[in-house]
Amino acid sequence: MGAVRNFTKTLLLGELLTGLGVTFRYLWKPKFTVHYPYEKAPQSVRYRGLHALRRYPNGEERCIACKLCEAVCPALAITIESGVSTDGTRRTTRYDIDLFKCIYCGFCEEACPVDAIVETRIHEYHMENRGENIMTKDKLLAVGERYEAMIAADKTADAPYR
Amino acid sequence: MGSLIALWAGIPQQLQGLVIMVAEILGVMIAVILGVAFLTLAERKVIGWMQIRIGPNQIRIFGLPYFKGLAQPFADVIKLLLKEIIVPTNADKVVFLIAPLIALVPSLSTWAVIPFSPEFVLADIDAGLLYILALTSLGVYGIILAGWASNSKYALLGAMRSAAQIVAYEIAMGFALVGVLMAAGSLNLTDVVRSQAGGMLHWHGLVLFPLMIIYFIAGIAETNRAPFDVAEGESEIASGFHVEYSGATFATLFALPEYANMILVATLAPVLFLGGWLSPFEGLLPPGSLLAAPSFIWLFVKILWFLFCFLWIRATFPRYRYDQIMRLGWKLFIPLTLVWIGVECVMAWYKFGPWARL
Repeated sequence: MGAVRNFTKTLLLGELLTGLGVTFRYLWKPKFTVHYPYEKAPQSVRYRGLHALRRYPNGEERCIACKLCEAVCPALAITIESGVSTDGTRRTTRYDIDLFKCIYCGFCEEACPVDAIVETRIHEYHMENRGENIMTKDKLLAVGERYEAMIAADKTADAPYR
Repeated sequence: MGSLIALWAGIPQQLQGLVIMVAEILGVMIAVILGVAFLTLAERKVIGWMQIRIGPNQIRIFGLPYFKGLAQPFADVIKLLLKEIIVPTNADKVVFLIAPLIALVPSLSTWAVIPFSPEFVLADIDAGLLYILALTSLGVYGIILAGWASNSKYALLGAMRSAAQIVAYEIAMGFALVGVLMAAGSLNLTDVVRSQAGGMLHWHGLVLFPLMIIYFIAGIAETNRAPFDVAEGESEIASGFHVEYSGATFATLFALPEYANMILVATLAPVLFLGGWLSPFEGLLPPGSLLAAPSFIWLFVKILWFLFCFLWIRATFPRYRYDQIMRLGWKLFIPLTLVWIGVECVMAWYKFGPWARL
């Protein structure tokens, strides 16, 4: 008996019509597409995007070449070489982040004792040539200088929860 | 204007007929191609809506702020035509380039016998149904030649799948058409429509309902549309017979014939089963009223409905497995159509339904 009922059900396309009904209902539902370039979804202050190296307000580099970020980086994306600067302090002579290797986990930011390396909320960037994926120290510092106000505001907003 | 009329009158009678004929053919072809263009847009829009997306909404006609996305098909066509046509090194170059045309020509020439309205049909021939059956099966040559000439295993596999599938469903479709032929008593498509005159209850779709469903499903399979699009099978054979095609050849091999065939199936379904250009209000409203009059509008509405079904089905169902497609075609549809032809014989013997009027 079950086989007969099953056969009739298949023959009358019952389940297929149910499926068609589902898609037909969804045809009229309001769409929740975000019209991306024109409107953007809200971002968290903890958003982990493009990296930046920060400076102190007096212009001194924060980074002390402790290499904790290099050690913690799970993707081995960071390369640091250290040296003695003109004022006798320990500084990086080279600080490269390979954006193709980076998995944007934010461990470098967590590991940094002086809040030097940060991940900003910038996520709309691109490269046009080979080699541009390597963020050198100069480029990282430039990003930090340009967006310092935004980075500082994000850090302040996030501070109570850390 | 006056001089133009004088010029027209000066042309010999036969030439005038020829000019009108060519103009009519061009008109139908342009209408079909425009239909194809907007069908691609409608497909992306409808499937988008069913997936709670929006679909193309950027390209506007002349930058007007209305109907956003309406010019998308034209942007696509311009893009495809401007692209390079890559011919694989080991491909059979002549066949490779001719195959798209072989696929295109039958799908456009079938439109010759479609009755668009009581007055307008390009060729009112008596074997119209046979002509359509013959030409729709010709389309498979384009696909199989494209697959063969590409000299690519994916393309060959896709073409073979497509050919086997079309052959399998051609039979079921043929039987469904035999049912219509029995009910209408004619192969001439205009006569098929006329035999359904006299209101919705006289449409063949009523007594031949199973055949209509089978015809439409077989039509979906014939045009290689989802859920029967194993010939493309992205996950298995990387879009099948047209992997090696690009640019204009891709447009003429894949987009144009496939969508033109879709429109053809969606046009034939109402012509054969739902009264073509006849009004659904015929017999319900007084005979003189505009709504009851047969016209192209009714056919157009019915075509739109069947095209929507095509897109709807594509948005709903996952792809059939290949052996399931073959099972459905050979073991289910052919017996079912045969059974219903038997039922029709009984109905005809007892002068039921359309046979009462024959």
